[in-house]
Amino acid sequence: MALCAKKRPPEEERRARANDREYNEKFQYASNCIKTSKYNILTFLPVNLFEQFQEVANTYFLFLLILQLIPQISSLSWFTTIVPLVLVLTITAVKDATDDYFRHKSDNQVNNRQSQVLINGTLQQEQWMNVCVGDIIKLENNQFVAADLLLLSSSEPHGLCYIETAELDGETNMKVRQAIPVTSELGDISKLAKFDGEVICEPPNNKLDKFSGTLYWKENKFPLSNQNMLLRGCVLRNTEWCFGLVIFAGPDTKLMQNSGRTKFKRTSIDRLMNTLVLWIFGFLACMGVILAIGNAIWEHEVGTHFQVYLPWDEAVDSAFFSGFLSFWSYIIILNTVVPISLYVSVEVIRLGHSYFINWDKKMFCMKKRTPAEARTTTLNEELGQVEYIFSDKTGTLTQNIMVFNKCSINGHSYGDVFDVLGQKAELGERPEPIDFSFNPLADKKFLFWDPSLLESVKIGNPHTHEFFRLLSLCHTVMSEEKNEGELYYKAQSPDEGALVTAARNFGFVFRSRTPKTITVHEMGTAITYQLLAILDFNNIRKRMSVIVRNPEGKIRLYCKGADTILLDRLHHSNQELLNTTTDHLNEYAGEGLRTLVLAYKDLDEEYYEEWAERRLRASLAQDSREDRLASVYEEVESDMMLLGATAIEDKLQQGVPETIALLTLANIKIWVLTGDKQETAVNIGYSCKMLTDDMTEVFIVTGHTVLEVREELRSAGGRREALPVRSPHSCPERPKAREKMMDSSRTVGNGFTYQEKLCSSRLTSVLEAVAGEYALVINGHSLAHALEADMELEFLETACACKAVICCRVTPLQKAQVVELVKKYKKAVTLAIGDGANDVSMIKTAHIGVGISGQEGIQAVLASDYSFSQFKFLQRLLLVHGRWSYLRMCKFLCYFFYKNFAFTMVHFWFGFFCGFSAQTVYDQYFITLYNIVYTSLPVLAMGVFDQDVPEQRSMEYPKLYEPGQLNLLFNKREFFICIAQGIYTSVLMFFIPYGVFAEATRDDGTQLADYQSFAVTVATSLVIVVSMQIGLDTGYWTAINHFFIWGSLAVYFAILFAMHSKGLFDMFPNQFRFVGNAQNTLAQPTVWLTIVLTTVVCIMPVVAFRFLKLNLKPDLSDTVRYTQLVRKKQKAQHRCMRRVGRTGSRRSGYAFSHQEGFGELIMSGKNMRLSSLALSSFTARSSSSWIESLRRKKSDSASSPSGGADKPLKG
Amino acid sequence: MAMNYNAKDEVDGGPPGAPGGAAKNRRPDNTAFKQQRLPAWQPILTAGTVLPTFFIIGLIFIPIGIGIFVTSNNIREIEGNVFMYYGLSNFYQNHRRYVKSRDDSQLNGDPSALLNPSKECEPYRRNEDKPIAPCGAIANSMFNDTLELFLISNDSAPYAIPLKKKGIAWWTDKNVKFRNPPGGENLEERFKGTTKPVNWLKPVYLLDSEKDNNGFINEDFIVWMRTAALPTFRKLYRLIERTEDLHPTLPAGRYYLNITYNYPVHSFDGRKRMILSTISWMGGKNPFLGIAYITIGSISFLLGVVLLVINHKYRNSGNTADITI
Repeated sequence: MALCAKKRPPEEERRARANDREYNEKFQYASNCIKTSKYNILTFLPVNLFEQFQEVANTYFLFLLILQLIPQISSLSWFTTIVPLVLVLTITAVKDATDDYFRHKSDNQVNNRQSQVLINGTLQQEQWMNVCVGDIIKLENNQFVAADLLLLSSSEPHGLCYIETAELDGETNMKVRQAIPVTSELGDISKLAKFDGEVICEPPNNKLDKFSGTLYWKENKFPLSNQNMLLRGCVLRNTEWCFGLVIFAGPDTKLMQNSGRTKFKRTSIDRLMNTLVLWIFGFLACMGVILAIGNAIWEHEVGTHFQVYLPWDEAVDSAFFSGFLSFWSYIIILNTVVPISLYVSVEVIRLGHSYFINWDKKMFCMKKRTPAEARTTTLNEELGQVEYIFSDKTGTLTQNIMVFNKCSINGHSYGDVFDVLGQKAELGERPEPIDFSFNPLADKKFLFWDPSLLESVKIGNPHTHEFFRLLSLCHTVMSEEKNEGELYYKAQSPDEGALVTAARNFGFVFRSRTPKTITVHEMGTAITYQLLAILDFNNIRKRMSVIVRNPEGKIRLYCKGADTILLDRLHHSNQELLNTTTDHLNEYAGEGLRTLVLAYKDLDEEYYEEWAERRLRASLAQDSREDRLASVYEEVESDMMLLGATAIEDKLQQGVPETIALLTLANIKIWVLTGDKQETAVNIGYSCKMLTDDMTEVFIVTGHTVLEVREELRSAGGRREALPVRSPHSCPERPKAREKMMDSSRTVGNGFTYQEKLCSSRLTSVLEAVAGEYALVINGHSLAHALEADMELEFLETACACKAVICCRVTPLQKAQVVELVKKYKKAVTLAIGDGANDVSMIKTAHIGVGISGQEGIQAVLASDYSFSQFKFLQRLLLVHGRWSYLRMCKFLCYFFYKNFAFTMVHFWFGFFCGFSAQTVYDQYFITLYNIVYTSLPVLAMGVFDQDVPEQRSMEYPKLYEPGQLNLLFNKREFFICIAQGIYTSVLMFFIPYGVFAEATRDDGTQLADYQSFAVTVATSLVIVVSMQIGLDTGYWTAINHFFIWGSLAVYFAILFAMHSKGLFDMFPNQFRFVGNAQNTLAQPTVWLTIVLTTVVCIMPVVAFRFLKLNLKPDLSDTVRYTQLVRKKQKAQHRCMRRVGRTGSRRSGYAFSHQEGFGELIMSGKNMRLSSLALSSFTARSSSSWIESLRRKKSDSASSPSGGADKPLKG
Repeated sequence: MAMNYNAKDEVDGGPPGAPGGAAKNRRPDNTAFKQQRLPAWQPILTAGTVLPTFFIIGLIFIPIGIGIFVTSNNIREIEGNVFMYYGLSNFYQNHRRYVKSRDDSQLNGDPSALLNPSKECEPYRRNEDKPIAPCGAIANSMFNDTLELFLISNDSAPYAIPLKKKGIAWWTDKNVKFRNPPGGENLEERFKGTTKPVNWLKPVYLLDSEKDNNGFINEDFIVWMRTAALPTFRKLYRLIERTEDLHPTLPAGRYYLNITYNYPVHSFDGRKRMILSTISWMGGKNPFLGIAYITIGSISFLLGVVLLVINHKYRNSGNTADITI
C-alpha cells in the first residue's frame, strides 16, 4: 500500500462515485486499511539496523570496529568493541520489535472493526479495512466514524446529525452536521442503493475545518462544504443512524493526514552531553596526536636502533608512518572515554525514572482510575529544570463543571454551608445535602446544602418562585426525555446547564420546548408558556432575555446577564435591593464564583406589539442590521425589576491553588493561555490565587491595533519603572522590595544563600519577596500584535517581569507562538500542560508537554510527553520526580565521565614508557568488561535510586528545585571538575605502581614488575577506587545499591581468577595468556600495600574537599539533610500556603461560555424533530446553505408569530 | 520517530487502555520499591566520621611506612638466600609489537602450533621455510649472556659460587603455561621440523643439559618470556642458596664476575646491570613504598588537624555538634 502510494503522482482532485466500486478502483485510492507499524518479519533486521546505524554513536563504534580489524593498527582485540556494540544493538532492536508488535496489534484491531456497508442493495457487515472510497456506510449512535464521509442522510430531520469531535480537536461540545437537501431524503436502503452521484473534490489534506467539493447528481451540481462532512475519529451522538459516502479512506483521511511524525524532543542535558562528547572527541584527537608525535620521535630516536630485537612491520617504512598508524591505534584504546555504554545507561536510567512516574500511587487518580504516565521516556531530567509553565484553563485548572453554588433572592443570600458554625459534630465533613425526593423529576447528581432555600420554595415565596421560573425559562437548553421522567438537558454551555438543573431540582422543571412554547413543570403542574422572542446573547450585550406569555396571557420579559451591565438597567425603585444584592455579589466574587444577575419586566400587550414590529423592521434592514437589532433589544431591556443573582462555581481541579502557590515558590513562572474570555480567565486567575488583590497592579492589554498594544505595553512597563511616582496606591517601601527581589535571586543564583542556618521563616520571607506583584492580562487580538517581530521582545520583557501572565482568547497557534517566544529568548525550560486538542500545538512546542488524561478528548494526551489526570500532580512530577531525575542524571554523568577518564588516561601515561606503541595497561578482558560489568551496575543503581532528601522535604522546601533551573549540578564547569578528578586519579593510578614496581621484587625473589602483574595491580586498584568513589557519591544506600557495589567488586575478583585460571588457558592458550597471574600477584603484600596506598591517595582529597564544602558552603539540600539528621522538627508544614482569605474585588463575568446563534436555531425549530409528513414541505424550502436557511427561517417566523404553528412539531 | 497517531487509542475512545476488568490493575502497587520508599542508609560526611578517618589513616600509615622503610633498608646484609639479577635499561619489552609477538599455544606444547606458529610472530615466524620454535620477537631476543661469580681468595684459586638455575620462575609458568611438545623421549625429536630463532646460538632443545629444565620449560627462557612492564627492568638470573659451610652466604671479600658477552645492547643505547640482593617479607629493596606511606600518613594526619580547626572555627552553629551517622 505504501509503495503504491509513492508511485502514484500527487492527486489533483478526487472523484468518487457512489455505489460504483469498479469506477472508483480506476483511481487506486488508498484503502481504509491503516498502517502505523514500521516493520514486518522480513524487513525488520535490515531496516532496523539501518535505522540504528544512523545514530552517530553506533556508526562511530562500527568505525572503531573496522579500525581494529587492521592488524597494523589493532591495539585491542575486536571483541572489546563488538561485545558492547552487539549488546546495545540487540537491546534496541528488541525494544523496537516490541513497540512494533503492539503497533501491529492495534492496527489490526482498528482495521478489523465492523461497519455496515451497502453492497448490492443490502447492508453487509464489513471490516473497516475493506471499506472503499465510494461505498455508502451506515453509522449508528455512539459509533466511531470509519472514514471521511459525505453525510447523505440521517434519522434526524433535515439530515442533521450530531457529532463529537473530541478526538479531532478536543472540543467536547457537540457539533451539528447536515446533509445537503437532495440527499437528506435518501432515508432507506433501496433509495440509497440507486444513488449514483459523483463527488469531485479536493485531494487529501490535513485541514480539519475546510472541505470543498461538488456533488454531481441527476445532471445537477451541488456544492459541498465541511458542514456536510463526517471525519474519521468523530463519534456520532444523539442521532440514531446516518448514512455517509466514503470520500477519503485510511491514510487519506484528515485524521491520519494530521498525525505527522512527532518532533523528537531532546533535553538540555542531552544537548550538553552531545557537546561534551564532541569536546571529548577533540580531546581524544589531541591525545592521539601527542602520542603519535611521541611515537614518531621515539621510532626515529630509539625504535630504529632497537630494530635488532624488534624490527618494524613490513608496511612501515618510516617513523612518520609509524606515528600515523599509532594515532589510530591510540584512538582505539582511548575511545573508552566515551564508551557506548554511556548512551545505553542514560536510556536505562531514564526508563527507570519513567517507571517510577508510572508507578507513583500519589499520582494516581482514584476517581478516574488513571495513573500518571510517562509517554516519553527521554525527558525526565528536564522535569527538574522547568522555569515556565504554560497552562490551559478549561479542563486543566478547572474541571469544566459548573455548580450552582449560591444565590441571592430578593436580598436574601442562600447557599452558605454551616459545617463549622452550625454543626460542629463532625469537623470538616459537610452535613447531608438536602433531599429532593419530593420532586420525581429531580436530578440525583445535583447537590445543595442550604435547606432554607427549599423551605422558601415550599412555602411559596413569590420571589423565589419567580427566580426559579426565570431560570427554567430564560435559556437555550434543549431537553430530551427518552423515558417518562428521565430528562436529559443538552446545554450549549455548562453554566446554563447548571442553572436549569438547579431550577429543575427546586421544582421548576423545564420539560420540553417547541419553537413557540416552553413547557415547565412548576411544583408538579405542567404550565406551557408561549415563547414570543429570544433576545439572544452576544459578547457585547453580555445578557440574554426571553419574552414569554404565561397561560393567563400576561407578557413578561426575563433577563439574565452580567452584573456590570444589568445593574445599570434596573428600575430605580430597586435601589435598596440593589445594594444588598451588590453586597452579595461582592461576596460571591470574593469566593471566585461566577455571578449572574436576574431581572424581569412586565410588558403590556400594546407595547409588545409595537416593539415586535420595530424588531421585525430592524431584522429586515439591509445595512447595520446587528446594530439596529441591538438597540431595539436594549430599549426593551430597561427599567427591569431585580430578582436576584446566581453564583456558579467554575469548579477548580483539586488542589490547584496550592499547587500554583508551591510552584511559584519553586521559582516557576506560570502563564495561563486560554481560549476563554478575559472575564472568565481573570476570574479563574483569582480563584486559583495567581492573581491576588494585594498585587500592585494587573495590567490589562486589550488593544486592537499595533499602536494601542505598544502603548499599553509601554505604559505597563513605564508604570513598572516609575511606580513610586505615578501610582498613587504604591507603598513607599516597594522599591526596596523590588531591590530585595533582585538581590535574593542573585544570591540564589550563586548558591550562597543558605550557608546561614536554615530557618523556615527566613526562607519564607525570601520567597515572598521573589514573588512579584504584577500581573499581565492580554487578549488574543492584542497578542497577535505583541507577537510581531518588532514587539515580541518588549512583550516578553514585560511579561517576564510579571508574576502572573494570563493570555485569553488565544488561538491554538498563538499558544504555540507564546511558548516558542519564551523558548527562543529565555533559554529556559518550558512546560505546557493542557487537556484539549487546542493545546496540542503548545504541548508539542514546549520542551515538555503534559496532557491531562481521563478527559474525553485524548488528542492532548497523545501529543504529550507525560500525562496524568489532575493538575495538582504537576507539583509532584516536577518537585519530586523531576528534581530527583535531574539530580540522579547529573550525578550519574559526573561519575561516568570521571570513571572513564580515570580508566582511560592511564594508557596515556603508560604511552611514555612503552615507546608510544599503543600498548594497553590492562588485560583486554578488563577493558571489555570494565564498562559493562565491573562499574556499570553501581552507577546505574545510583542513577535510578538515589535520593538526596526525602520526597516530603522537596515539597516543604520548594527552593530545593532551584539548582535544576540554574543548571548547577551538571554543566561545563562540573564536567571539567569531573574530568580533572579523573585525570588526577589516572596519574596516581599509573605512577604509584610505577614507583613501587620500578625496583621491586617479589617475596620469592622473582621479578615483580612484569607486565601482567603490573596490569593486574593497576586494574585492581582502579576497580577499588571507582567503587569507593561511587560509595561516596551514593547518598541513598538501598539494599540494591549495597548488592551492586559489593557485587561488582566480588564479580571483579571472581572474573579475574576465572580468566587467569588453568582451565580457560588449556582451552585457548593464546586468548588467556594471563594464566596464573592473579594468584601469583595478589598473594604479594607489596601489591596490596600499593593498592591501599593508591586508593587512599585518590579518595582522601575528595573526602576532604567534600567535607570542606559541606562545612563552608552547604547546598540547601545538604542543609536539609543535616536538619533531617538532627531531627529538629521544623514546623514547615503550613509554610507553603500563603494567605487564603482575600478581600473580594468585584469581578463580574457573564458566565456564558457559549456562542450566540442558538436562540435563532431554537426559534426556527430547525433542531427539533419533525414528523416525516412535514419533512418534504420543509426541505423543499431549504436552500443549500445551512446558515442562510437558518436566517431566513428565523426572519419569517418572526414576521408571523403564529405562522410557524402550522408545522406539526413533536418535542 | 514514533507516529503521533496511535490507533489503539482510537479504539478505546476514552482514557487509553481502560478496558473492563483491567481497570483494577491500573492502580500502582503500593510497594516500597515502586513508591521509592526502600529503606536506605543515608551517609553524610560529618565531622564525626571524616576527622577520625583522617587521623586513623595517619596513625596506621606512618608506622607501616616506617616498618617498610626499615625493612627495605636492612636488605643489604648478604645473609640468607641471595638473588642474582640481570638488569637491562632502555629495553622495550613492553612495546605493543613486542608483547604480542609470541605464540602461547606453541609454548604450551601444541603440536600444530609448533609447526605452524601464529601470525603474531612475524617476522620471526619462519626461517628458511621452517617454523621457528619458539617463534616471535620475544623469544628471539632472549638474553643469552652467561654470568659467573667467583670469590677471590688470596690463598687458593677463585671459588666459583654455586648458582642455582632452577626455582627462578613462577610455578604456574613452569608447570601450566610452558610445556614441551609431546612426543618421544628425545627432546630433539619432539622439536623435529622446526628451526632455532635467528638470534640464538643453539636450538631450544639444547638450552640446558637437565631434562626438566630444557626446551620450552627452561627457566631462563620462561623468565625472559614474562615480559617486563617498564623499559628498565631486572630479571632473576640465579639463586645463591645459603649453605651450611658459607657464613654468610656471600662472605665479605673480593669477587670476580665473569660475563660471557653474547647479547649486544650498545646499538640502542641499552645498559646491562648485575644485581645481588636478599629479600624480606615484602620482596627486595623498595624505598619508594616506605617513603610514600610515611608521607601520605603525615599528610592525612595534618589534613585531619586542619579540618578539625576549620570545623571548629566555621562550623554551622548547632548543626554538626550532635550529628552522627
